[in-house]
Amino acid sequence: MCGIVGLFLKDPKLEPQLGAMLTDMLITMTDRGPDSAGIAIYSSAGQGLGKLTVQSAHPEKDFKDLDGDLKEAIGAPVAMLVKSTHAVLEVPLGQLDAARAAVAHLRPAVKVMSSGENIEIFKEVGLPKDVAARFDVAKMGGTHGIGHTRMATESAVTTMGAHPFSTGPDQCLVHNGSLSNHNGVRRELKRLGMTFETENDTEVGAAFISQKLQTGETLGRALEATLTDLDGFFTFVVGTHNGFGVVRDPIACKPAVMAETDQYVAFGSEYRALVNLPGIEDARVWEPEPATVYFWER
Amino acid sequence: MQTFDLGKEGLRALNSSLHALKGQTNMTAWEVINPKGAHAIAAGVDAPVDITVRGSTGYYCAGMNKLATIRIKGSAGPGVAENMMSGTVIIDGDASQYAGATGRGGLLVIKGNASSRCGISMKGIDIVVHGNIGHMSCFMAQSGNMVVLGDAGEALGDSLYEARLFVRGSVKSLGADCIEKEMRPEHIALLSDLLKRGEADGKARPEEFKRYGSARKLYNFNIDNASAY
Repeated sequence: MCGIVGLFLKDPKLEPQLGAMLTDMLITMTDRGPDSAGIAIYSSAGQGLGKLTVQSAHPEKDFKDLDGDLKEAIGAPVAMLVKSTHAVLEVPLGQLDAARAAVAHLRPAVKVMSSGENIEIFKEVGLPKDVAARFDVAKMGGTHGIGHTRMATESAVTTMGAHPFSTGPDQCLVHNGSLSNHNGVRRELKRLGMTFETENDTEVGAAFISQKLQTGETLGRALEATLTDLDGFFTFVVGTHNGFGVVRDPIACKPAVMAETDQYVAFGSEYRALVNLPGIEDARVWEPEPATVYFWER
Repeated sequence: MQTFDLGKEGLRALNSSLHALKGQTNMTAWEVINPKGAHAIAAGVDAPVDITVRGSTGYYCAGMNKLATIRIKGSAGPGVAENMMSGTVIIDGDASQYAGATGRGGLLVIKGNASSRCGISMKGIDIVVHGNIGHMSCFMAQSGNMVVLGDAGEALGDSLYEARLFVRGSVKSLGADCIEKEMRPEHIALLSDLLKRGEADGKARPEEFKRYGSARKLYNFNIDNASAY
């Protein structure tokens, strides 16, 4: 199974409520996937700043003085916000890659969840309500976001096996389904220089799209390529710094419902996830067509 | 009229009240409010009652229905009226995948579009869709009638048995062993009745439809195909 929710706001007045709306949607999908949950939220760090979200199994040890150590290593100001097992490090945008390399050196056990101008990813094992509470997601604002609640079929229930997966700057992907040719595609992507953290099939889907974007393809073209090159069942929802996209495999047995109003575009694995959104009674509600790419960008 | 607030009273209370109705009852009119996409609303009803659901439903609404008339004033999630035995289910909006799957009897009316696998393995149900149907609809359909006022998606009627399929619009592709067949007077009469019962008689005329059915080439094992198995 697995449950997916997504929200792309058109009306800036809703931005402060993004985290609260997504949390409510995600909790509604708990029975589609109770073993782990995650959320990607996009909000600007401020002019010229970038964000590195990192995770540790031992946050009290790994995050102690991490901001000071990182500042010294990259020679630039660092702001750190620790939330449970995750920490968001704000650094000058130009220093993001240097900061990532420095963190790997300073704290080898720390994992990078996401990196970019706008993205923050929080994910852990546990019920969506517990994961959302742990990271205070309901208090977060932003322009768009994606949430996932997992029922694992393809690889272990671990923090790194939870969705969203991020394999490029400001990019993330969540998945309902299972890919059958992921080992072959992973080998091919490794040859092209992509790196992988897990043996998970979804990470391959994410890296496949990131690799296309790296070569200058548009999000739409990258999503279309999943239809020819990835084999298996998938409903993907993909986030980028300025938008989100949706694609379903041609068999389309993994459910998907979308709703659009003047204020937002919303995605849910089921209509239940959308029922508390403002103005849903008058929204245009539809099921995305199989093998058809949808995306919204600002 | 019995009004049931699903948000307040919950699904189990609704379905156990409906299941308690057997044979003749005085409580013949029911209204369900605040469905909010919940699963299995009014599944397994076995009484000649009228149930109106005011909003959209989740998985398996009206599943296994016997005798009841169930109206959904919204759209329906996957598996609506799955394995329906008799009675009528009318959806004002769209239906998600495998609407009316394995249905053995009764009438399912979808006033919007139905997505993939509509009427898959149908065994006697009549389905009238005012809009379009998605891919793999009527896969292995055994008996009953499918009427589509709009278009049909890929692989219509793949591995079909004796169900009759009537499509007014285009068919993206026919599945294995499904062919177009001639419309004879008895089909026009059948279709005319189905359009009327499906609340579509003002929208389409029987003469506008094409009929599709089984070529009956997959019925028996063919020794020439042995190497394919």
